[in-house]
Amino acid sequence: MNIQIKNGHLIDPKNQIDGLRDLFITAGKVVAVGSAPEDFVAQQVIDATGLVVAPGLIDLAARLREPGYEYRATLESEMDAAVAGGITTLACPPDTDPPLDEPGLVEMLKHRARELNKARVRPVGALTRGLKGVELTEMAELADAGCIAFSQADATLTDTRVLMRAMQYAATFGFSVWLRPQDSFLTRDGVAHDGEVATRLGLPAIPVCAETIALSTMLQLAHETGVRLHICRISSAGGVAQVRTAKQQGLALTCDVSANHVHLSEMDIGFFDANCHLVPPLRSQRDRDALHSGLLDGSIDAICSDHTPVDDDAKQLPFAEAEAGATGLELLLPLTLKWARQSHRALSDGLAKITLQPALILGLDAGHLSVGAAADVCVFDPEVYWKVESAALKSQGKNTPFIGMELQGRVHFTFVGGQLVYQFKGC
Amino acid sequence: MNNPQLNKHGELQHLLSTEGLPAPILRSILDTAASFMSVTEGRDIKKIPLLHGKSIFNIFFESSTRTRTTFEIAAKRLSADVVNLNIGSSSASKGETLLDTVDNLCAMHADMFVVRHSQSGAAHLIAKHVAPEIHVINAGDGRHAHPTQALLDMFTIRHYKKEFHNLRVAIVGDILHSRVARSQIHALTTLGVPEVRVIAPKTLLPSGADKLGVQVYHDMTQGLRDVDVVMMLRLQNERMQGAVLPSAQEYFKYYGLTREKLVLAKTDAIVMHPGPMNRGVEIDSSVADGTQSVILPQVTFGIAVRMAVMSTLAGVG
Repeated sequence: MNIQIKNGHLIDPKNQIDGLRDLFITAGKVVAVGSAPEDFVAQQVIDATGLVVAPGLIDLAARLREPGYEYRATLESEMDAAVAGGITTLACPPDTDPPLDEPGLVEMLKHRARELNKARVRPVGALTRGLKGVELTEMAELADAGCIAFSQADATLTDTRVLMRAMQYAATFGFSVWLRPQDSFLTRDGVAHDGEVATRLGLPAIPVCAETIALSTMLQLAHETGVRLHICRISSAGGVAQVRTAKQQGLALTCDVSANHVHLSEMDIGFFDANCHLVPPLRSQRDRDALHSGLLDGSIDAICSDHTPVDDDAKQLPFAEAEAGATGLELLLPLTLKWARQSHRALSDGLAKITLQPALILGLDAGHLSVGAAADVCVFDPEVYWKVESAALKSQGKNTPFIGMELQGRVHFTFVGGQLVYQFKGC
Repeated sequence: MNNPQLNKHGELQHLLSTEGLPAPILRSILDTAASFMSVTEGRDIKKIPLLHGKSIFNIFFESSTRTRTTFEIAAKRLSADVVNLNIGSSSASKGETLLDTVDNLCAMHADMFVVRHSQSGAAHLIAKHVAPEIHVINAGDGRHAHPTQALLDMFTIRHYKKEFHNLRVAIVGDILHSRVARSQIHALTTLGVPEVRVIAPKTLLPSGADKLGVQVYHDMTQGLRDVDVVMMLRLQNERMQGAVLPSAQEYFKYYGLTREKLVLAKTDAIVMHPGPMNRGVEIDSSVADGTQSVILPQVTFGIAVRMAVMSTLAGVG
């Protein structure tokens, strides 16, 4: 099948293209940018006038809730949400039930995802069996089954010897280890940032040092073991500063932040808005500013959705009892564009944080539209405003702090491997 | 952000917290309570038919004797029908959610809920959920707020000190875990008390306590100096050992209110406590039963203040 996406504003951060270009696709791959190859006869023409044509988005953290939590979301619903958000590849953390700690589970998940024929699913395997932090998983087997990295998801690993061994073992095979820094003792029953709002509302608090102490342990062990370390969902100014310094010292380190944390702070909790019960907690406005600076200077490489579908019942509870998490797949693009606009950065810089950079973290040749690359493409209107409404979201998770807000930027077409997998009904 | 406690006319719709309530509303509740004091005191028949035919549900997800009883008495004096539910021992243990319980009670035509819950924000959640003609009174939610306690404390202070604008008030004890302290601080600062102090070891203070508009002291002998009002807080049993405090004995030595420490305050200073007291832990018996103690009048005033809150919410104050 030959596809021509014409008259669009093509933005490809890797190839530094940012202008009007047509895109030509044959047999699922990009065959030309700009002018058509010889003898190219388009069987499908997409008119992208006024739209941006970009590499498909790559999300580093999307919980699909399978296996184990199908009442919260299914692969079908979440894959629909992903492509509606322009996401063509997503990494899913291993905190399913059972956790992704056996090759069979990973193969099953990949098989189910392939059958749906939507976004590409890249599972992150469990670093320890059952995420319990005691025994290593069969990382090499899991990698053969399709895991692209190894992680503890939100389960903490308190035994530093196990953590060091896990890093050493992963480093043996060149696997990267993804960790979210959080000291479990300092976190304990905390549900909100240890600051003004938690003090006022009487919410059990999580101090910033819960992140920075765990982070220094991780950074030192990464230095010792030489593992490729990826820090997930950084939340504090202190954390960003540590990552910046470690990178300057040459550590093989990457880092992401959730789109929620780029835009929200503890103040958004207001009067106990359970939609703002997130992990890690929304921190102070100063921390949020530091996340912005970290994105600008590259200390933070990528923005992820941290998509965590939670059913309504689990949110209709007092703040601390409400389940943490928010839906995010369909908001990743507009929230990233919002960051780029607020920071006076080119659209291309924003898109790099959700295309090229996450591809590099995943070690994939993706996130760009070079000739020969898989035709994973996101075509969107960068200007149009739309209101976030629960009922209109495709994800089974309807809860996000952004409900009722107007966001700018809406996906019109999503292609995965040259196949049109999503088309906005309003166009 | 809309204040969830006020309706569109700026009138009290729910009483969830003393934070964000305008001073005129606080004063009006205190004035109403004063009028109830004069009506009920010394009369044989203490009932007033202001809430006749109204159904008030006391739903307590956390056990309480004193608060629930004073709410019950207050409602009965206003001639309301009162239903007491100790949810801790019924629905919640059968797995029913908080809002399902509330929905069921709404279906029984409740007019007002008095709610106590172990989680901060529970009363807000219920207030957001119920129909607009139903009123919610927070009788204590987690560590967050206990507004009627704070209002009765303000009533007590005004009763003995007449004014707020010339006072120095010290709150002593477990500020971190205390809903009473948070509500007292907001009420005191709103009513114009120029100097509110909190006195506690660092393990019993929330971070950034000074942002609440108080001065923080760790040394009781400094903190009590020249204060007009000493508000003691209850120390929960589970805090008395482990990593928050080493022992009840050491706590009493440094933060317990004794006669020796009380002399540092003004000679006419009053001593308050929300109850129930731990004698010999946060307060010495000689002080609790002493001439400066107003702990029992607090309980009496509590009934009038809760009557005032209920009648204000019902729009019949």
